[in-house]
This record gives sequence, structure tokens and C-alpha cells, in this order.
Amino acid sequence: MNGPPEHRPPLLLRIYQFYRDGFRQMTVGRTLWKIIFIKLFIMFAVLKFFFFPDFLATTFSTDAQRADHVIDQLTQSAQGYTNPVKGERL
Amino acid sequence: MIENLDLGMVNWARAQFALTAMYHWIFVPLTLGITWIIAFYHSIYVKTGNEEWKRLTKFWMKLFGVNFAIGVATGIIMEFEFGTNWSNYSWMVGDIFGAPLAIEGIFAFFLEATFFAVMFFGWNRVSKGFHLFSTWMVAVGSNLSAVWILVANAWMQHPVGQAFNPDTARFEMQNFAEVAFSPYAINKFTHATSSSMLMAAFFVISISSWYLLRGRHIVMAKRSIVVAATLGLLASVFTIFNGDESAYEIAQVQPMKLAAFEGLYEGQTNAGLVAIGLINRDKKVYDQQEPFIGFNVHIPGLLSLMANRSFGSFVPGMKDLVYGNAEHNILGAVQKMERGKKAVASLDAYKQAKKADDKAAADVHLASFNEYKEFLGYGYLNKPEEAVPPVALSFNAFHVMVILGSLFPLIFLGYLYFSYKGNLAEKKWLLGLGTITYLLGIMASQAGWIVAEVGRQPWSIQDLLPTTIARTNLTASTVQTTFFMFLALFTLLLIAEISIMVKQINIGPEEN
Repeated sequence: MNGPPEHRPPLLLRIYQFYRDGFRQMTVGRTLWKIIFIKLFIMFAVLKFFFFPDFLATTFSTDAQRADHVIDQLTQSAQGYTNPVKGERL
Repeated sequence: MIENLDLGMVNWARAQFALTAMYHWIFVPLTLGITWIIAFYHSIYVKTGNEEWKRLTKFWMKLFGVNFAIGVATGIIMEFEFGTNWSNYSWMVGDIFGAPLAIEGIFAFFLEATFFAVMFFGWNRVSKGFHLFSTWMVAVGSNLSAVWILVANAWMQHPVGQAFNPDTARFEMQNFAEVAFSPYAINKFTHATSSSMLMAAFFVISISSWYLLRGRHIVMAKRSIVVAATLGLLASVFTIFNGDESAYEIAQVQPMKLAAFEGLYEGQTNAGLVAIGLINRDKKVYDQQEPFIGFNVHIPGLLSLMANRSFGSFVPGMKDLVYGNAEHNILGAVQKMERGKKAVASLDAYKQAKKADDKAAADVHLASFNEYKEFLGYGYLNKPEEAVPPVALSFNAFHVMVILGSLFPLIFLGYLYFSYKGNLAEKKWLLGLGTITYLLGIMASQAGWIVAEVGRQPWSIQDLLPTTIARTNLTASTVQTTFFMFLALFTLLLIAEISIMVKQINIGPEEN
């Protein structure tokens, strides 16, 4: 005599449960995740935001201006040239 | 031009990049290499069904997880530095590097989110076969995700498959296959990944040797050593062979680097390889001082063989490459500077003609630029001697790498021999040496990158862009501030990793 058919949750639910249970069973992994999040916060919210602006992206508005600036940098030994000051938007 | 720049900033930016890259490279080789070793352990478990192999696999997976977690994202800092400290360079290479590095980021994310999770969480949750497949995919994917960054680095050393666009100031990709499959890139990838494998083998051997010395986890330690030493032996021999192939490539495309890391000032036929010697730090390329202090041992003809695959061949020295050598048809930096300055002047004249909307003049200047553009970078040097990289650092780093690299196969052989004889646990001297082999592996690996990166100075892109032009106009103090912030952050992270790692090693594998 056959028993009741086995109920299998949908694939997405099973994937979710797989990850959920995996994370719950972590031991040293919990500490490691904390370190990863602290590190990412320091990198992106502090270092990138306050100390590492993209110079060309923040100083110039268009790609044409950026290209002109770099060409000027490449050719300034052949002519008089004044560099733009960092943060001065052209 | 260079005399008007703040050289302090360039050097601080280089130091910051070196700090970041070297810190990042403490973690990367272990990740690349140990994933293979774990895949072998896991395969043996699936094949034999022996629970001891499962316990062993889980233990090394845990240590891999610690290394991965501390190392992950440390490479992103280098991308921050590109945009801030090296904006000219970033702009100029964006077309070459942009897409491949983006693909790598996406690829790595999906790999890590799927197979990585299955590898760690999959015990008794997925089928044994799929679990093992996931472990292998982590190894394959981790190593593949290193491809593009190594291709990018190889391109900077040997910029093939590109054309410089003087309108956009960008190097544009002309031939993807030439970039991706250049012999330089292939050698760099194989050398980096095989040396990573041997480093990971030493990681396993160091910890296992410590267990054996302490009389703990003896079966696990012995089994771990047999697999790691076998893979390590294969990897170390392969690393020597592809290292030789790398040296051949360097001789063809960066002869100055080869001359610097061998301390070769005067070109020679049948040139010998320095086996051991103390380089004279004060010697300059233009003076008559001896290149070595006291004795030095050369292996006759070996450098010629390495550089040109012929014992009697001529290997140019730094003097030949700076001042030229008509007899051997070698163009010196002196002559290249003349052409480079013509390239810079033509580029400037082309830019002025375009602004004046003078198409005829622009065409003439563009033709002139195209004639000399392969020497563009030399146009920014003030003195031909600036084409010489730091010789003492290149020489010492190269010889540390080679001496240690030659020793490594012997260590692996020793471990295999005594494992075969069944008396490894009694060989305290070997186990003592074994505990420090991982540190030796790190030293050799870091020395290798110093050879690659310091040896190619003054160039960011070989012959085309010196570091002094690649940088952004910032003050040195700006870079100094972030340098010390990174130093503090990296030190804290390293302390965190070592503490967690040591704790886990002390705990050892889970009991059955």
C-alpha cells in the first residue's frame, strides 16, 4: 500500500532554506561575516567616500573634457600648461 | 616635464599600491591553491567513503574560509587607488581593462554565491556527487577569476593588441585574442597559479608538521601531507619550468628588467647566471664601479640560454640598453628618447591643429605621431639613465625567489620519501623545517611580484607610459594619509586573521 505522496517545497523555497540553514549552522563563520561587513563598511562608506574620489569623474563633467585633460597631461612637456586644481569642476 | 612633478607623490602612491597589492597577495595564492587541494581531499572521501577524509576535508575548508573572509575585497582598494592616484593611467587603459575586469567581478560573484555556498553548506544537504562537483567548481572558478587581472598585468608589461587613439587619449583594443592569449599573459597565469598551488601545499604541510611535532591529529596530518606534498612537488617543478619560460619572454620584451635582476651592466656573449652574489647598491650605470661586492658565483652560459635559448648568444646589459650598442644593433634609451620626444611634440601639434580646425596640418602631425608612437613613453624621460629600474631590489628579489624556488621541490620530495618509508613523524628536523615552509612560500611569492613590478620601472605601461605621467596631480601628504590608514587597517585585519586561524588550528578538526 502506497503512503501519501511526499510533499516537496518549490525550488526557490528549497534554495532559500538551504542558505538559511547553512547560515544558522555557522560557528566561526559568524565572526568572519562580521569582519567582512565591518571591512566593507570601512572601505566603501569611509575610505571610498571620503578619501578616494575618482579624480576625473569628480573634476570633469564629460568624457570629452576628461580626454582633453589627459591629452594635456601627455603633451604638457611640449608646451606651457597649468593643471586644474583637484575638486575644481570644469 | 618630470622635474615639474611632485615625485614624492609618485613614490608615495607607488608605495601605497605596493602595500595594498602585497597585502592582497598574502591571501590570494592560498585561496587559489588550497581549493585544488581541498577538491582532491573531497574526491578521496567520496571515492573511499572513509569518514576520516571527510573530517580532514572539512578542517581544511574551514581554514580556507578564514583566509577567504579576511582577504575578500582587499583587492577592491586597488581600484580605488586607480581612480584617485592614477587617474591618467585609468583613463588610458579603460578600454582594455574595463570589460574583462567587470566580467571577472560578475563571474566571481555568481560563483561564490552558488558553488561556494554549496561547498560549505552542502554536507548531507545535497547529493555527494553535486557536493563534490561544487568543490571542484570553486577551485576552477577561483583560478579562472584570476585570469583577467593577470592578463591585465601582462598587458602592462607587454602591451600588445592595442592602438593609441590620440583623440580620446585611450589605448583601444584592436585584437582581443592577442591581449588574452599573449605568451606573456599565459606565462604569468601559469606561473602565478602553479606557485599558488605550491604555497597552499606548504600551508597544509606547515600546520600538519606542527601537529606531528605535537603528537596531535597524527592520521589526519599524515594523510594531509601525502596529498599536499604530491601536488606541491608537481606544482613546484612546473613553476620552475614556466618561470624559465617567463624569463625568456622578459628577455624578448623587457631586456632591461632581465639585465637589472641579474645585475648585468655590460652585455655579454655566453652570459652567466648569478648563482650567488652581493650586489653593489651604489653602482650607477654610467660609472666604473664593480657591480658586485666581494665574491660572486656565475653559472657560465646559463643566462644566455635562459634569454635566447642559446649558450653562446649575446645578452644586452644595462649600459647597452641605455646608451645603445651598434655592434649588436641595440637601440639605447638615448636614441629612443629622441624619437619619444618627437612623438610627444607631434601629439601636441596634432592637438593644436585640431583645435584650429586645420585638418591638413592635423593629418601631417598624426602621421608623424604614428611614426614615433612606439617610443612615446621615452619622450617623458629627462635622462636615459631613468630607464634603469632599481637594480639592487630587483636583483635581491629575483635571487630570493630563485633560491627558494629551487629548494622547494627538495622539501616536497623529502616529505614524500619519509612518508613512503613510514617514519616521517620521527624526522623532527624536517618537521621543524616544514612548520616554516609556508612563510618561505610567501617570501618567494612576494619576491616574485617585486621582480615583476619593480623590475619594469619606470614604466606603468612598458615603453609607453612612465609612472610619473600615469599619476594624478595630488600632493604627497594626501597619499601619505591614506597610506598610513591602510597600514593600520591591514595590520588589524592581519592580526584578526592570524588570531582566528591560530585558534582554529589549535581546536583542530571536528571529532567524528
